[in-house]
Amino acid sequence: MAAAAAAGPSPGSGPGDSPEGPEGEAPERRRKAHGMLKLYYGLSEGEAAGRPAGPDPLDPTDLNGAHFDPEVYLDKLRRECPLAQLMDSETDMVRQIRALDSDMQTLVYENYNKFISATDTIRKMKNDFRKMEDEMDRLATNMAVITDFSARISATLQDRHERITKLAGVHALLRKLQFLFELPSRLTKCVELGAYGQAVRYQGRAQAVLQQYQHLPSFRAIQDDCRVITARLAQQLRQRFREGGSGAPEQAECVELLLALGEPAEELCEEFLAHARGRLEKELRSLEAELGPSPPAPDVLEFTDHGGSGFVGGLCQVAAAYQELFAAQGPAGAEKLAAFARELGSRYFALVERRLAQEQGGGDNSLLVRALDRFHRRLRAPGALLAAAGLADAATEIVERVARERLGHHLQGLRAAFLGCLTDVRQALAAPRVAGKEGPGLAELLANVASSILSHIKASLAAVHLFTAKEVSFSNKPYFRGEFCSQGVREGLIVGFIRSMCQTAQSFCDSPGEKGGATPPALLLLLSRLCLDYETATISYILTLTDEQFLVQDQFPVTPVSTLCAEARETARRLLTHYVKVQGLVISQMLRKSVETRDWLSTLEPRNVRAVMKRVVEDTTAIDVQVGLLYEEGVRKAQSSDSSKRTFSVYSSSRQQGRYAPSYTPSAPMDTNLLSNIQKLFSERIDVFSPVEFNKVSVLTGIIKISLKTLLECVRLRTFGRFGLQQVQVDCHFLQLYLWRFVADEELVHLLLDEVVASAALRCPDPVPMEPSVVEVICERG
Amino acid sequence: MEDDAPVIYGLEFQARALTPQTAETDAIRFLVGTQSLKYDNQIHIIDFDDENNIINKNVLLHQAGEIWHISASPADRGVLATCYNRTFCCVLSLDSFGALGKSAAQLFIALATSSDSKVLTCAAVWRMPKELESGSHESPDDSSSTAQTLELLCHLDNTAHGNMACVVWEPMGDGKKIISLADNHILLWDLQESSSQAVLASSASLEGKGQLKFTSGRWSPHHNCTQVATANDTTLRGWDTRSMSQIYCIENAHGQLVRDLDFNPNKQYYLASCGDDCKVKFWDTRNVTEPVKTLEEHSHWVWNVRYNHSHDQLVLTGSSDSRVILSNMVSISSEPFGHLVDDDDISDQEDHRSEEKSKEPLQDNVIATYEEHEDSVYAVDWSSADPWLFASLSYDGRLVINRVPRALKYHILL
Repeated sequence: MAAAAAAGPSPGSGPGDSPEGPEGEAPERRRKAHGMLKLYYGLSEGEAAGRPAGPDPLDPTDLNGAHFDPEVYLDKLRRECPLAQLMDSETDMVRQIRALDSDMQTLVYENYNKFISATDTIRKMKNDFRKMEDEMDRLATNMAVITDFSARISATLQDRHERITKLAGVHALLRKLQFLFELPSRLTKCVELGAYGQAVRYQGRAQAVLQQYQHLPSFRAIQDDCRVITARLAQQLRQRFREGGSGAPEQAECVELLLALGEPAEELCEEFLAHARGRLEKELRSLEAELGPSPPAPDVLEFTDHGGSGFVGGLCQVAAAYQELFAAQGPAGAEKLAAFARELGSRYFALVERRLAQEQGGGDNSLLVRALDRFHRRLRAPGALLAAAGLADAATEIVERVARERLGHHLQGLRAAFLGCLTDVRQALAAPRVAGKEGPGLAELLANVASSILSHIKASLAAVHLFTAKEVSFSNKPYFRGEFCSQGVREGLIVGFIRSMCQTAQSFCDSPGEKGGATPPALLLLLSRLCLDYETATISYILTLTDEQFLVQDQFPVTPVSTLCAEARETARRLLTHYVKVQGLVISQMLRKSVETRDWLSTLEPRNVRAVMKRVVEDTTAIDVQVGLLYEEGVRKAQSSDSSKRTFSVYSSSRQQGRYAPSYTPSAPMDTNLLSNIQKLFSERIDVFSPVEFNKVSVLTGIIKISLKTLLECVRLRTFGRFGLQQVQVDCHFLQLYLWRFVADEELVHLLLDEVVASAALRCPDPVPMEPSVVEVICERG
Repeated sequence: MEDDAPVIYGLEFQARALTPQTAETDAIRFLVGTQSLKYDNQIHIIDFDDENNIINKNVLLHQAGEIWHISASPADRGVLATCYNRTFCCVLSLDSFGALGKSAAQLFIALATSSDSKVLTCAAVWRMPKELESGSHESPDDSSSTAQTLELLCHLDNTAHGNMACVVWEPMGDGKKIISLADNHILLWDLQESSSQAVLASSASLEGKGQLKFTSGRWSPHHNCTQVATANDTTLRGWDTRSMSQIYCIENAHGQLVRDLDFNPNKQYYLASCGDDCKVKFWDTRNVTEPVKTLEEHSHWVWNVRYNHSHDQLVLTGSSDSRVILSNMVSISSEPFGHLVDDDDISDQEDHRSEEKSKEPLQDNVIATYEEHEDSVYAVDWSSADPWLFASLSYDGRLVINRVPRALKYHILL
């Protein structure tokens, strides 16, 4: 067992020694290579080394290792192990050897059988191959015989094959010749049938051949025939072309065929254009007829549609066909076409403009814009096709012009609307007076006017806005993006309208003698309030609205809101001032007539207040009510509540002591002057026609100032008797009683009335004033 | 500096009438007529000493009545015409007639009783005492105490025509022709026998609805002095004095009453008017539909408008807003491009030409607003002797003498 065990490994070690060397080196090298790879992949050498965790393969004590050394192993066992373990390992080893032996025997038996059967098979195959070799030899000889036969057959058939080939060639030629000979008749037939395209194709096919074999008389004859027919064909084509009854595509076909027939392109091109012109002119004429003087012209949309489909469509076709047909003509041809398009285009534009001019008066913007859109859109195609003709530019120009005119038209419309509003207001103001009862109040009228103007402005904006709508083909042109919005709509339309409104309003202030007399004062008041409202809110609202709707985005300077507001405010101020003047004038006239027409020297002792004064108070109250409808109250100087009483006493006492009491004394004139002058030193100068503020009190103050100043000046021009003076005294006190409540500073009324009475006293040779108590009684009574 | 300050003179009475002594071309002299119902009215002869800035006055009594209008003869320094009120009143005391004498007073009383009480404006031509004609300056204190009286030359008899509104002398003539406006009549008088007799040469009257009344009139210095312009209500009318017929009419010249008018002394068709609409308007009488220019500077009625006699761009207006405004109406003056060079100045001509080219047409503007008055200004006028000096008179009797600002004066002259 031990020998077997010893013998076992020994043969193993014998052959194992020789491969030891290379096998030992190989893993080394491989490991090196691995190392490099690992280095490359970033794995550390140590890791690689640590991986084979099993027993060291170089360990000579490993039974299964390649470097197993029995001596070393035995030594190791003997040295290290105790006896028991040695025994154990010996039995273990014996058992293993035995197992190995039996395994080996089984393997040998199995493989032996297989080897035997393999040997048998090889022997059988050897026999079979020898038979096959004989067969192959026979096959070779047979093949040689077949080749021989085949060569012989080929040789015999050679001659015939050549003849057949020749015959086939002749046949083809004959067919061609037949075509040639038949050509004239075919052509004729084609021409008769009207299959010009076929004919031209035949002609084209035969042309070259005929040209080549021209020298042969028969071919010459055919060629001549063909030429004649072709000429006829060309003539017919031309005929057809000239008749022009057929549409543009047929004509284009004719021209194409003619070109294929080799007709001179230049001439054809001219003729083609001439025909196209004829057709397009017909379109134009029909358009012109639509336009014509007869009123039932179709609406502008229909018109542009007709123009678009008829003329522009025709022009497009012509241009497309031309460019297709005469592409070979080069720039000269293109130039010709451009000139053609330009000329007809300009005529078309002239017609369109005439039509659009008719439309200017109309109110429907959307229709116009749609028509313009179609017009513009239509012209884009030929515009692209015929850039040189500049039709698109011209079209854009027309659209722009129309847009501008439209703006002008809207401005006119707005102005007319404004004037219409004014007329309505005038009528409304005039009507209730006739009826004798209250019509619509001023505030209501004002609201009506304001809302109606605003709605007109909005309508205009909306109408004009159509021009810049996204879906409209011309809205992205630079004009419509920039200038139209800022200069056209904002400046031209809105600012222009507001300005013209201010101007119209201001014109009521001018020349009061002629025109102003016809303007009802209430209208002035209303306009003034309207302008003031515009200043405070409406202008900025409208402009914001405009700016929002038309995104103004260019560098043109625009009028700022503040300027417009200032203008409106100035207008409002002027109107109100004028209102004050007019109303003041009305009352002044009354007072003046009353002073001028009366004989103050021979008047009787006053029994009551003159009717004129009552009328003045009534009118002033009416004006107060009127102004109160539109303007706020305003500020007064603070006064005690019981003003009338208190002021009366002040007024009469000052008059008594300061004013004309001294005129009884001989030294009076000096004193009177002195006193009145001193008094004037302490009172402010009264600016009679001073500008008014926007409130009721200021307006009324202005009117009363004007009236009383007039009274003063008139009184100074007259001479009064004693009772005349007393009458003035009564009148003034009456005015004093009723007018103080209207004014901002009642001191003003006192001053002016004092002045009136003082002047009257000066103008009286016999100044005996009435007792204040009597004056009071008279005034209270009447 | 002091030179430009206004000089103020106060009268004791109310006053409306002012005129320069037209025939006087050396001394600056104004005549002012007062208005008083209770005392004798006066005519103050105001001499202004330009060098010393001193006013010398002489007072003449005008006992006939309060003076509404005064005008001086262009030929005779001593002759003047006034329009004055004669009051006939039952309660008049005899004393107040003073110098007129008892018989006259009795006559007035008789009249007064017959027509109850009545005011009539009359016109008369007067002569002032010889020694005052040329403005004797000696002892002004004495002259005020012993006031001298005017010598009546003649009455302009207006019993048939109504109240006299104003009297105007033929501007270039020998002081023999005057025109007076009485209610709706325009009367041309010939003064004969050294003005002691006034003969009505011709007259015309205004016919129409209502009571038409002339308010003012001026005699044009152009066309051989054959034209007179008048104002009534809102209308301006031109008259030919030879035929006494109307030659033009500007209806509605002003929105309200026209108070005064004046002819441009250098441009024959131009005239200025002013009125109760606070405006001053300039007219070319060849085109009566539109004024050439309108000024609206005053805040109340404009009572007086006067062109400067030599530099017609200077226009003076007085108003009842107590202001006097001096305007520079260059654009419609006879010298729209400034002072024109005389042709004799050949040496300067070249320089001036280049200067003129560079000069812009001057702008019309208000030169100055004078606020020395505290009452309504009813009369303004230029001095006849010094073209740069003017006087204004307010109702409270304050007379103010002002000068054109020196800067402007030099600007016009140079």
